[in-house]
Order: sequence, then structure tokens, then C-alpha cells
Amino acid sequence: MANNTTHTIEYKTLSIVLLVLMFLTFVTIEITSFHLGALTVTAALLIAGVKATIVMYHFMHLKYESLLLRILVAMVFVLFILIVVITFIDYAFR
Amino acid sequence: MSNSTEKIEYVSYLDHKGKYKGLMAWIMATDHKKIGLLYMYSIMTFFFIGVILGLMMKVELLAPGETIMKAQTYNGVFTLHGILMIFMVVIPGLSATFGNFFLPILIGAKDVSFPKLNRFSWWIFIVGSIMAVASQLLKDGPPDSGWTFYAPYSTTTGTNVIMATAAAFVLGFSSILTGLNFIVTVHQMRAPGMRFFNMPLFPWSLYATAWIQLLATPVIGITLLMLIAERLFNIGFFDPNLGGDPLLFQHLFWIYSHPAVYVMMLPAMGVITEIIPTFCQRQIYGYKAVAISSLAIAGVGFLVWGHHMYTSGMSDEARWFFSLLTFIVAVPSAIKVFNWITTMYKGSIDVKPPFLYALTFIFLFIIGGTTGLLLGAVATNVQVHDTAFVVAHFHYIIFGGMGFAFFAAIHYWLPKMYGRMYNFKIANIALVINFIGFNLLYFPQFIIGIQGMPRRYFDYPAQFQPAQVLSSIGGFILVIGLILMVYNLVKGARSGEIAPENPWNGSTLEWTLPATPSLENFDEEPIIKENPYDYK
Ligand code: HEM
Ligand SMILES: [Cu+2]
Repeated sequence: MANNTTHTIEYKTLSIVLLVLMFLTFVTIEITSFHLGALTVTAALLIAGVKATIVMYHFMHLKYESLLLRILVAMVFVLFILIVVITFIDYAFR
Repeated sequence: MSNSTEKIEYVSYLDHKGKYKGLMAWIMATDHKKIGLLYMYSIMTFFFIGVILGLMMKVELLAPGETIMKAQTYNGVFTLHGILMIFMVVIPGLSATFGNFFLPILIGAKDVSFPKLNRFSWWIFIVGSIMAVASQLLKDGPPDSGWTFYAPYSTTTGTNVIMATAAAFVLGFSSILTGLNFIVTVHQMRAPGMRFFNMPLFPWSLYATAWIQLLATPVIGITLLMLIAERLFNIGFFDPNLGGDPLLFQHLFWIYSHPAVYVMMLPAMGVITEIIPTFCQRQIYGYKAVAISSLAIAGVGFLVWGHHMYTSGMSDEARWFFSLLTFIVAVPSAIKVFNWITTMYKGSIDVKPPFLYALTFIFLFIIGGTTGLLLGAVATNVQVHDTAFVVAHFHYIIFGGMGFAFFAAIHYWLPKMYGRMYNFKIANIALVINFIGFNLLYFPQFIIGIQGMPRRYFDYPAQFQPAQVLSSIGGFILVIGLILMVYNLVKGARSGEIAPENPWNGSTLEWTLPATPSLENFDEEPIIKENPYDYK
């Protein structure tokens, strides 16, 4: 649990991450023109999820953390997905 | 027992001199033990205000029709009672009081990871509480939506709902920060040699609870903000007239509030898990099962919220699915109960007040839990939803469970918190009065609930009067017991006999410390046992 070490990430990596994030933001907007119906929400959430993962992994240094911590964060995502899916068991069948 | 006199310049945390004096020394304290006490004093204060409100309702219900208050007043009273008891008493209850005091000690740490954040959590807890009280006094009148703030009523009623929801929002932050602090503390602050699987079980339960606090509380925060936005700017989230969906509110509300019942219960179960082995002088049965069941409860507990909505018009598919999940979450709770009872088997049981309170907890929790199954099954739920049956159920769980676990915890740890002991005889008498009062107060509500007495009504048909009167009498008996209990505890803490370091012969780390710990708990590196409960 040596958390006092500093990690420097190269500018190149950071710039690529930034570009990917901007691209995904663009996709989020563009995807609305496809009329996916009920899947619009799914698409938006998926893209947002990917973006959040990238931010946590690179910017929030999750990639330097222990496996345990990464599993815990992954579990939070699983939980979030379950909650959304279960909520939609109501909305989809009402 | 080792003698503490050879320790170098030991100063009890209560006598420690810091930068500030008097009241400021408390308000500015960052010592997790003092913050724990601050929470305890504030929570007990709110608890007694809540109790008075409860008694007012019981007096109103002594006879059909108006007795001491108008219907609208009654609505305000049960709303405030609910907000106080849920958000200001039981949710912070055990984790903020005994979690703060004992989590660091039990894992061999000097403090929590972020002591100043911890102090900040208490401050905003107080700010939120003041806001909740203010919602009663502002000009539009006390909120009357119930603590559940169901839309669209809450978005349209003229009362001070905004202030009350804002209060709950602020209180939520306090809860999130405490949760965050505890998670980091458990990950980072364990003494060398303390692994996850030789950590005592109260820390385990606090750890599981902390995850719920961290992940679920933001949901209620956002929901309440949406509610405020709807009221202020007419944004149609929930009100059908504005194009919203009232069920969305119920979903969001219970996505938080069901996990929140485990924020109350898990630490309570953790306390009981500490007390039973000590007073049976016996290794806890199934250590790993108890530890993992805390995580299982926290995890599955996130997925059952819809059992509050069976009659709301939710889809049938969702209804049976939530019913299934609800039955699954009962399993890990039952595991704990079986393990407590098995721990007692062949133990050398020492019947002292903390143990008796723990037994009372188990008894009441079983009644609450099994009636929960009745509510979890759709077919029976639709019969009793929103009746006094539900009121009885959740009081058995929350008050009978969490409340009595809180009392058990005070009786167990008071000698470590104040270095003094209370009177056992009075403690036992108070417990008997509490037990009788409690059951008389709530059990009749199961019966009239099944017969159709709705909850949150200030009036009722004459047929319910005998049960209502019994219940009200129970309420008064309970209050007498509570006052006696608190009197005994306060007297013990102030002027009781000086307590030994380890009055109960406990095996966990807190009992290795002097009767009141020093500021940094461990003046020497603690010795961590491979098995925290190594009784014979
Ligand atoms: C473990 C601690 C528990 C706590 C603190 C707790 C607390 C509560 C509370 C506060 C309510 C009332 C909510 C309201 O105002 O409408 C409630 C209702 C309910 N509880 Fe529990 N409960 C617990 C355990 C259980 C268990 C074990 C089950 C089932 C296995 C269960 C099933 C239900 C159901 C189905 C309702 C909704 C009843 C209705 O409104 O129709 N509860 N509970
Ligand atoms: Cu629930």
C-alpha cells in the first residue's frame, strides 16, 4: 500500500486520452440522430460508462492501484448496471 | 490483566489538553473517540425529541376522532418523527457513534484516515439537523409528506418540503463522508498483522455499511434535488401533469432507502456479533460466513427496493422479480442469526446487561424479519401494504433491532468510553420494562394492521380502539423504561464505580487498552491475534 510514490504520465498518453474522450462526446451527440428508440438511453449510458472508465483508469490513476481496488471499482459498475437493468424491468413491461 | 501504570505518561483521551478549551475543545475535536461521543449526544437528543413526537401520536390515537391535535398537525408530527428517527437517529446511529469510537481501535489504528473530514461530517450533520428543525418553523408550516416525500404530493403540497428535503440532502453528505472515511480507514489503517480475515466482525459490518453509504446516498441526494427542481422550476420529473412519472420518484427513493435500512442494520448485527462471543466466552461460530454475509447483505440489499412498490402500479414482471430478490436477501440475515445462536451453544454464558440486550435484539429482530417475509411476498403484501402492519414490522426491525443493538452497544462499551460502570440491577429492570413496553406498543399494530387499520391516519373506526389503547399504554411503559435506562447510564458514566480495563473478559483489541484509552489509542504497537475471538 505504498501510496506516497508519484506517477507521472507522459503528455502523449494524456493527449490521446483527451482526444478519445472528446471523440466519445462527439459520438454521444451524433448518436441521437440515429433514432434508436428505447436504445438511445442504453447507448448514452454505455458511452458515458466507457468515458468514466477511461478517466478513472488514466486520470485518477486506477491503473497503478492494487487488484483489490480495481475489482471493487468494477463491482460498483456491475452494481450500477444491475440497478438500471432492474429498474427497466418495470419500465419495459409496464 | 496487565497493569497500565507502567505506561509512559498515559493521559486519558477525555483529559487530553489540546489547543482549545471547554466547548470549543469538543467542537474542534478530531479525535475519533470524541467525535463518536458528539454523535452519541446529538443522536440521543434527537431520539428523545422523536420519542416525544411518537408519544404525541399515541395520545392522539387513544380515541377515534380528534383528541389532542388536528389532522394536519398529525401529518406534520409523523413526518417530523420519521425524518428525525430515520435520517438523524438510526442511519448515523451505530456507525457514526460506535463506529467512530471503536473502528480504529478494533483494527489497531490511532484514528480514522481523515480525522478532519470526520469532524466536518459531524458539523454538517448538525447543520442538516438544524435545517430539519427549521423546516418546522418556517412560515408555510411543517412538511406533511411523510419521511418518504412521495411525489407528486410532495411536489404540490404547500408546506416546507423544500427545506426538509434540503436537510435530508445535507445529512446525506455527512453519511457519505463517514462511509468514505471508514472504507479508506479499513483499507489503509489496519495495524501490521491485521488482515481482512482476522479483523473483528464489527469492523467488517462497518466496512460493508460504508460501501452502502458511499454508493446509495448520492441517489437520494439527486432525487431530492430533482424534487426541489420540480417544485421551483416546474420541471416535469415526477408530476404526471408536467409529463413526469411518479413511480420514478418511488424507484429512486427506494434505490436509496432500502439499502439505507441496511445502513441501520448491518452495524447493529456487527455489535451483536461482538457481544455474543464475549459473554459466551466462545469463538464466534462461522467467522467467515458472518463476515461474508455482511457483504452479501450489502450487495443484494441494493437490488430489492421494489418490494416497497408492489401496489404502486409497477409492472407484474418487476413485482415477482423483486419478490424473488427479497427472499434471497433474507438468507444472509438468517445466517447471522443461526451463527449467533450456535455460538451460544455450550458456551459459558455470563448473563450481564449487554448480553440480555443482545438477546432481546435477536428476539425482536426475528419477529421483524419474519414479518418482513410476509411483506416481501407480493400476494400477502397487497393485503397489508400501508397498514399498521408495516408500521409494526419496521419498528420491530429498526427499533427492536437497531435501537436495542444501540442500547446493547452502550451497555457493552460504556466502561471503555468513560472508564466507569453503571448499575447492573437497574439496567436489567429497565430492560424488562423496555421489553414489555415495546411489545405492547407494537404487537397490537400487527393485528389491527391485518384487520385494515391504515398507517399515517389520525382517526379510525371504533373497532380498533382496544388495540390502539393497549398500544398507547405500551408507549408510555416504554418511555419509562427508556428514561430509567438513560438515567442509569448517565449516572454510571459520571459517577459509577471505576471500571477495570476488561470487565467482560473480552478478547478484542479495545479490552487491551486502559479503561479509557489515550488520545492515540495504542501507545505501543498492538499485538494482533490470528483469531480475534480466541476463547477456549
Ligand atoms: C434488516 C433490516 C430492515 C429494516 C431496517 C427494515 C425497514 C423497513 C422500513 C423502514 C419499512 C417501511 C418503509 C415505509 O415507510 O414504507 C419497511 C417496509 C418493508 N420491509 Fe423492511 N426492513 C428490514 C428488513 C426487512 C426484511 C428482512 C424484509 C424481507 C425479507 C423486509 C421487507 C419489507 C417490505 C416488503 C416492506 C414494504 C411493506 C409495504 O410498504 O408494503 N424488510 N422495512
Ligand atoms: Cu425495503
